Amino acid sequence: MAEAIADTRRLYTKPQNLNDAYGPPSNFLEIDVSNPETVGVGRNRFTTYEIRLKTNLPIFKLKESRVRRRYSDFEWLRGELERESKVVVPPLPGKALIRQLPFRGDDGIFDDSFIEERRQGLEHFLNKVAGHPLAQNERCLHIFLQEESVDKNYTPSKIRQA
Amino acid sequence: MSFFSFGQSAEIDIVLNDAETRKKAEHKTEDGKKDKYFLFYDGETVSGKVNVTLKNPGKRLEHQGIKIEFIGQIELYYDRGNHHEFVSLVKDLARPGEMAQSQTFDFEFTHVEKPYESYTGQNVKLRYFLRATISRRLNDICKEMDIVVHTLSTYPELNSSIKMEVGIEDGLHIEFEYNKSKYHLKDVIVGKIYFLLVRIKIKHMEIDIIKRETTGTGPNVYHENDTIAKYEIMDGAPVRGESIPIRLFLAGYEMTPTMRDVNKKFSVRYYLNLVLIDEEERRYFKQQEITLWRKGDIVRKSMSHQAAIASQRFEGSASAEKALSQAKEDDN
Repeated sequence: MAEAIADTRRLYTKPQNLNDAYGPPSNFLEIDVSNPETVGVGRNRFTTYEIRLKTNLPIFKLKESRVRRRYSDFEWLRGELERESKVVVPPLPGKALIRQLPFRGDDGIFDDSFIEERRQGLEHFLNKVAGHPLAQNERCLHIFLQEESVDKNYTPSKIRQA
Repeated sequence: MSFFSFGQSAEIDIVLNDAETRKKAEHKTEDGKKDKYFLFYDGETVSGKVNVTLKNPGKRLEHQGIKIEFIGQIELYYDRGNHHEFVSLVKDLARPGEMAQSQTFDFEFTHVEKPYESYTGQNVKLRYFLRATISRRLNDICKEMDIVVHTLSTYPELNSSIKMEVGIEDGLHIEFEYNKSKYHLKDVIVGKIYFLLVRIKIKHMEIDIIKRETTGTGPNVYHENDTIAKYEIMDGAPVRGESIPIRLFLAGYEMTPTMRDVNKKFSVRYYLNLVLIDEEERRYFKQQEITLWRKGDIVRKSMSHQAAIASQRFEGSASAEKALSQAKEDDN
C-alpha cells in the first residue's frame, strides 16, 4: 500500500529541563565602552575609555572586569588578532590624522562629538570581536579586556577553558 | 534551405503516434524558459510518422536518402563541438532517389533504452531527440524534435535517518536529525535540531537546499553551486535543551533527481545546509548530502479512503475503523 499522505509528525524529542528553560542563558556577554577621559597637557594629551565587561562564559577568568584603554591599545589588539588568529578582524573607527593637524577651528581629536563617534565605533568593534569563538581563544583579547595594563611584550598563546 | 527560386525544397514534420494520449512534461531550456515536451520513460517505444511536404508542388525533390535518428546526448557548454552520444539509433526511411509528391513515412524505435534523465543545467545539458534528415548534395534538410525523459525509482530498501552531533568546542553543540537520507521529489523533510550547549548569541537559523553540478574530470573538475531554497526554521535565541522542529516540503522547489557520474561526464547532487547566524552576522553551518529520487505517479485512491487514513492518526480506533470499512465498500 503506497503512502497517500506523507507522515509529517515531529520527531521525538526529550522534554526540556525546566532549569534549562527558565534559568539564565549560558551566553551572557556584555561589553560597554564608556566614560572617555582626556589626560595629560598640551601635545601629550590622550583620551582613555572605560571598558566594562560582564559575562558568565567560562572562557573568561573574571566574570566582571573594568579597565581603561586608549585608541593605540585597540590598534595593538587588532594587529595581534590579525596575526595570531584566523579571524577576519573588523575595522576600527578611523585614525583621524587630519584632525591631528594644527590650525583647526575645533578641538581636533579632543572634540566631544568626535570622541563620542569614536567611542561608538570602539564599542561596536569590541562587541563584534569578543563574541567570536576563535578570538576568545587568544591570549591578547583576555589581556586587553581583563588585565590592568596591556603588556605589549607578552607571549602570544591560545587559551582553553579558564 | 535553397537560396535559389528554382530547385525544390521540403518541410519535415515529425508526429508521434500517441501524440493525443502521451503526457507532456515541463522542462527548462538553456535560456531559462520553460517548455512542454512529450514525456518518455526507459524502455518505451518511440513511434510515429515523418511528413515530408514539398514546397513547390509539381517539382521533384532529388535526395541522397531520408533517415530518422533517435539520439541521447550529453553536451558540455564549454566544449560545444563534442557531443557525447550515449544512445544513437537510426532508421532509413527512403533510399536515394526522387520524390515527386509529398510523402509520409512511418518509423518505430522499439523499447528504446533511455538510461538517464533529461537535464538542462548551468554547464551541461543531457537531451534526447528525434532527428529526421533528407540528405542532399549541397545541403541537408533537417528537423529535430526534443523529448523529455524521466527516470523513476521505487522506495529505497535502506533509508536510514541522518543523525549527528556537531559543534564548536565550548561554544555551540547541536544534535541534528533528518528523518531520511533519500527523499523523493514530493517528499517532506522532517527533522529536528536539539541544542546541547549554547554559548554564542544566535539570532536565527535556516536550512538551505544546495544543488551542486559537477562537470569535467581529473584536474579540470568544475563545481557550480546553486542555492535552491532558504527556509528559516528558527527566529530568536535558543537555550540548552531546546528542540527546533523542521518540516520542509520539497514539492515547492524545482529540483531533479540526484545524478551521480552520468556517463562519467557530470553529476548533480543535493545538500542540506544547516546555517546558524549569530548577532554579529557570523555564520555557522553544517552541510549534509541527501539523495533525491523521482517517484512514479500512482493511481489515486478514492478521496474517502484517503480521509479515512488521515482520521486514523487523530481519532480513536473505533470511528477510524468504521470510516475505513465504509470507504472500502464505496470503492467496491
